[in-house]
Amino acid sequence: MTTPMDKHVLLRDEDVQDIRELAVYQANEGYAGWKKAVTSMKGEEVIGVVKDSGLRGRGGAGFPAGLKWSFIPKDINPKYVTVNCDESEPGTFKDHQLIRNNPHQVIEGTALCCYAIGAHVAYIYCRGEFKEPVQNLQKAIDDAYAAGLLGKNLFGTDYSLDVYVHLGAGAYICGEESALIESLEGKIGQPRLKPPFPAVSGLYNKPTVINNVETLANVPGIVLNGSAWYRQWGTEKSPGVKIFSVSGHVKKPDNYELPLGKYSIQDLLEMAGGSSTGLPIKAVLPAGSSSPIIPAVNFHAKLDYESMGTIGSVLGSCSWIFMDESVDMVWAARKMIRFFKHESCGKCTPCREGTHWALKLYDKMLSGEATMADVDMITTVNKQISGKCFCPLGEFSTSSMTFTLKHFRKDYEDFIAQGKGGSAAYRRELERDHHMHELHGQAKAHS
Amino acid sequence: MADLVNVTIDGVAVAVPKGTLVVDAAKKLGNDIPVFCYHPKLKPVGMCRMCLVDVGTPKVDPATKQVVKDDAGNVVIAWMPKLTTGCTTPVSEGMAVRTATQQVKDAREDVLEFLLTSHPLDCPVCDKGGECPLQNLTLAHGPGQSRFDYEAKQHNDKHVPLGDLIFLDRERCIQCARCIRFQDDIADDHVLQFFERGRHMEIMTLSEPGFDSYFSGNTTDICPVGALTSADFRFKARPWELDAAQSVCNHCPVGCNTTLNTRLETKTGGREIKRVMPRQNEQVNEIWLCDKGRFVHHYTRADDKLTQPMVRRDGKLVEATWDQAFGVIAERVRAAESVAGVIGDRIANEDAFAVARAVRSTGKGSVSMSPAISAAYADIVRACGVGAATDLKQIGKGDVILVVNADVEEQAPVWFLRLRQAAVDRGAKLVVAHHRSTKMHRYAAQIMRYEIGGIDAWVADSAKLLPDLTAARNVLIAFGDEKLDAPAARSLAQHLANLLIDSGHAGKANSGLLAMYPHGNTQGVFDVTAPMPAVAEAGVVWAVGVGDRADLPQASFLVVQDVVMTELASQADVVLPASSFAERDGSYTSGDRRVQRFYRALPAAGQARPDWWIAQEVARKLGAEWRYEGAGQIFADIVTQIPGYASLSYEALAKGEEQWPPMGRGDLYYGGTVYDNEGGLGVRYVAEAEVGTVVRYEVGAPIAALSGLERPERMLYQDGELIRRSHVMASHVVKPAVA
Ligand SMILES: Cc1cc2nc3c(=O)[nH]c(=O)nc-3n(C[C@H](O)[C@H](O)[C@H](O)COP(=O)(O)O)c2cc1C
Ligand code: SF4
Ligand code: SF4
Ligand code: SF4
Ligand code: FES
Repeated sequence: MTTPMDKHVLLRDEDVQDIRELAVYQANEGYAGWKKAVTSMKGEEVIGVVKDSGLRGRGGAGFPAGLKWSFIPKDINPKYVTVNCDESEPGTFKDHQLIRNNPHQVIEGTALCCYAIGAHVAYIYCRGEFKEPVQNLQKAIDDAYAAGLLGKNLFGTDYSLDVYVHLGAGAYICGEESALIESLEGKIGQPRLKPPFPAVSGLYNKPTVINNVETLANVPGIVLNGSAWYRQWGTEKSPGVKIFSVSGHVKKPDNYELPLGKYSIQDLLEMAGGSSTGLPIKAVLPAGSSSPIIPAVNFHAKLDYESMGTIGSVLGSCSWIFMDESVDMVWAARKMIRFFKHESCGKCTPCREGTHWALKLYDKMLSGEATMADVDMITTVNKQISGKCFCPLGEFSTSSMTFTLKHFRKDYEDFIAQGKGGSAAYRRELERDHHMHELHGQAKAHS
Repeated sequence: MADLVNVTIDGVAVAVPKGTLVVDAAKKLGNDIPVFCYHPKLKPVGMCRMCLVDVGTPKVDPATKQVVKDDAGNVVIAWMPKLTTGCTTPVSEGMAVRTATQQVKDAREDVLEFLLTSHPLDCPVCDKGGECPLQNLTLAHGPGQSRFDYEAKQHNDKHVPLGDLIFLDRERCIQCARCIRFQDDIADDHVLQFFERGRHMEIMTLSEPGFDSYFSGNTTDICPVGALTSADFRFKARPWELDAAQSVCNHCPVGCNTTLNTRLETKTGGREIKRVMPRQNEQVNEIWLCDKGRFVHHYTRADDKLTQPMVRRDGKLVEATWDQAFGVIAERVRAAESVAGVIGDRIANEDAFAVARAVRSTGKGSVSMSPAISAAYADIVRACGVGAATDLKQIGKGDVILVVNADVEEQAPVWFLRLRQAAVDRGAKLVVAHHRSTKMHRYAAQIMRYEIGGIDAWVADSAKLLPDLTAARNVLIAFGDEKLDAPAARSLAQHLANLLIDSGHAGKANSGLLAMYPHGNTQGVFDVTAPMPAVAEAGVVWAVGVGDRADLPQASFLVVQDVVMTELASQADVVLPASSFAERDGSYTSGDRRVQRFYRALPAAGQARPDWWIAQEVARKLGAEWRYEGAGQIFADIVTQIPGYASLSYEALAKGEEQWPPMGRGDLYYGGTVYDNEGGLGVRYVAEAEVGTVVRYEVGAPIAALSGLERPERMLYQDGELIRRSHVMASHVVKPAVA
């Protein structure tokens, strides 16, 4: 793989063959940090080194991991660790590669988190579609148990740890931490009212740390080699390395592990081989459908939390979907709205009703019957949703509208100008959606 | 008094207890922040987003940690970047709230427009129309017109039976989860849930049979739209056509406050009860009713409702005039050696008093109660029942609730709700002693199981509870008479009273006995009639409001006075038609000794008359001179003659006071069709132990329980003369395993 990292920190399967096997992983420093922690470190010390490393959450929000762990109250037991492997953001496929090809590193990171906060049980919550990669993860867990790396009285101490894998049922919202907890508890996947935050009252109303798979995969190296080692990469505020899932109109869609703050969007595009169609790239979605779209003029921005902020976007879950000049942003926005309408959990009014309404308006656009008044209506409905939702999903849904309208209003105008005839391709799209919808309906009726 | 917190809302200052939510604080000022999902009886969820307001807190300088003031010396407020839901935000010291800014107004309009995009707006045929929060709030805060394309509306099923009592209209549902939350948090029957997600999210029932709960009707009250309707009322009338009379449920010892909604029917020309609604009484039922209390009312217009006196001629009951009926009775009474009055425990205090007076004024009469077991221990409850100032809301941490030989949910459903909350939400220690599992067992900190017939073993063992009871702040003892005969039930009550006396809790507020009496006025009938055990036989037996034969003396002549043609009435020599509770005024005394008035809702059906009137006319036919003009006059006699009632008056019973939060229908703010309490909150009379000295009981008969099934357990929907006549309840009626 063409990547500037001569030795990966996370995607080590690209350097070491068969690292998914326990023996290979162990031969490459695997579980050394784990043994070190359990036999020679206190929980607070583990938290300390992770804090010093500046590691930030890779699930989207970028919250400092060590700080999060330090919020866990000492005197309430049991505590839990839940690992977020719901990975449902369109265009994200990094956690998938980690659990499939480097599962032990995920398990070791999880174990270290448990030890740090004094938890004895961890749940790895995987999206339902991960049935197959989860087999690798489960095998790795089984092997770790057999090797005495998980289970009772580890390394002869009185510390014990159990790790379970749980498959979700396929809902984007179950990636949101409190909805994930509800789902894990067997309830309908809807976010909880906060406060209380999971650190105080999470799974089964007990103190709970929730971290993304990639976040935790960084931890073994940090514990083994120290925070300074980790800070050799990245910037002051964005230390370390990060996986970029690249897809769309690029020649080499893949996961790319890069030090933060070193490369620009343009560099990333080039690493991925540039445009796959020969047409210039028009824009990129940096964090799937949840992020403000970035037009090509801003591709100079560096890949770190701070720089993305300066161009009005986010690093988020780092799912980079490049789109070439052939992509009509009205079509793209509709795709995203359709996604959010489908994934809205329904708990709160603006998201439930607003995404439904917005999709109706985009459908009207695609049918070729819309006028500029409908474009204004999209703007209005968008504004009507924003700032009022119960959880970020509803707010995410607005960015596809806000930023396509902001950067590509001309696409909307052209779309209207083309009228009915110009939208044949999109009519096909509509028909396909309706067909899918009918199939879904039939399946439901039969079930 | 709880710590007070100072906040300003639209510039107006108010001090409210710590923990108060912004919406409730605003309500104190008469500022109605619109809400849909929030309900003061349920935990806030913040789902509907209707209550968005602008919230700020005093700005603090991070360096000095001091509150920042402007040049004029006013505290600078740091406003939150986004609007906040007032229903989930507790007030904090110095908080400022803005509810009238353009941004807030826009937010309300926006959320309402969203809600209406998927609402069918079929108000003209909707049962909630006229008392609907969605209608009201749309008028107050909504857009005049929707910009949503009507064709794009999503249509859903409109007549979904969740169970046979409650129907769901999926189009009208605004997904506020009040119904689910009521079932989960208050009733603890997890039978409703959301299914699917997003715009497809809908209410479904998880239970088989559907919506299996004794409390399902309450969801139709608190549903803020017409999505949930009852099989009993749906499409039967419009709210504005209904007259409302304040009443009291008489089907169990709780004495829930109700409102009888009636309408003049063009078809029959008569007035009918269209629905029974809760009436707010925070001391009794708060705003809840059980489904029996709500749906059992149909007997008041049963086909076999008695409307004419009847006498037996040639072996057949034939209609007669009152005078003829009284004549026959007077003749038989004169000829008889003895007269036995048997009084059922659902009739009003005034009726029971007058019947007892009439029986005794024959000079050869004796008065007993049916069922007899109720009379076996009511004097002990009168002595050691809960203290007069008892408030179930105050039972919580540090208190012990002991439940003995009772199934509270089956026998006093709304007490079940309240005791459960005391244990689950407020941390009272619940100890349950029973020979079988009941729903109460779910919340028990301590379960004391004994075998069927083995309650004496528990009694012997119960002394070990004394240290805990003595240490407790308050001790409530809820008990029942399952599988006991009258002497044993009495002994059990004596023993439990002794536990209260020994632990120092007799005669104290928030402590005492709570009896699971069979009906709504057991205590009252006992109090005002001073009954004796039934005699074995009598020349004339006069049964008033008696459901079954079991406790009747052998009779050579049987007079039955009742509301419908009961099995017993069909065997009588004379049948006297009594008015139902809905046709007259009166009062009941609940199981916790609260005396409450109820008021006339319907005109007299045919010749039917109140029991007291019938009793007095029989007495007069026999030469008595007394005469009452109405229930109030009888109550005045009760006050002077019945110990314990001396401090009461009809006026005092009818007094109300402000109830917080106000949830009556006159103030639709919180959304819900519970009625205001205009009929009075009632008065609990003082327990004897509160005023006199308490002496331990010499426990009489051994507390040997009947083994096996001699006395079936008392279930809420147990077959009976009244529930049998409610067609909506028909499929729920359970026949006892052994008669
Ligand atoms: C709608 C929504 C979807 C989310 N989906 C995911 C997800 O698929 N995977 C993930 O790790 N975090 C997801 N998150 C973020 C989580 O809520 C949470 O912040 C994260 O798991 C914390 O872990 P981290 O600190 O290690 O990033 C999502 C958040 C929202 C609001
Ligand atoms: S914004 Fe509201 S409806 Fe949308 S996913 Fe979050 S809670 Fe559910
Ligand atoms: S049925 Fe009524 S109470 Fe239940 S969620 Fe719908 S609107 Fe709310
Ligand atoms: S709980 Fe008792 S008093 Fe209340 S409605 Fe039910 S039967 Fe009537
Ligand atoms: S969100 Fe506050 S009332 Fe619904």
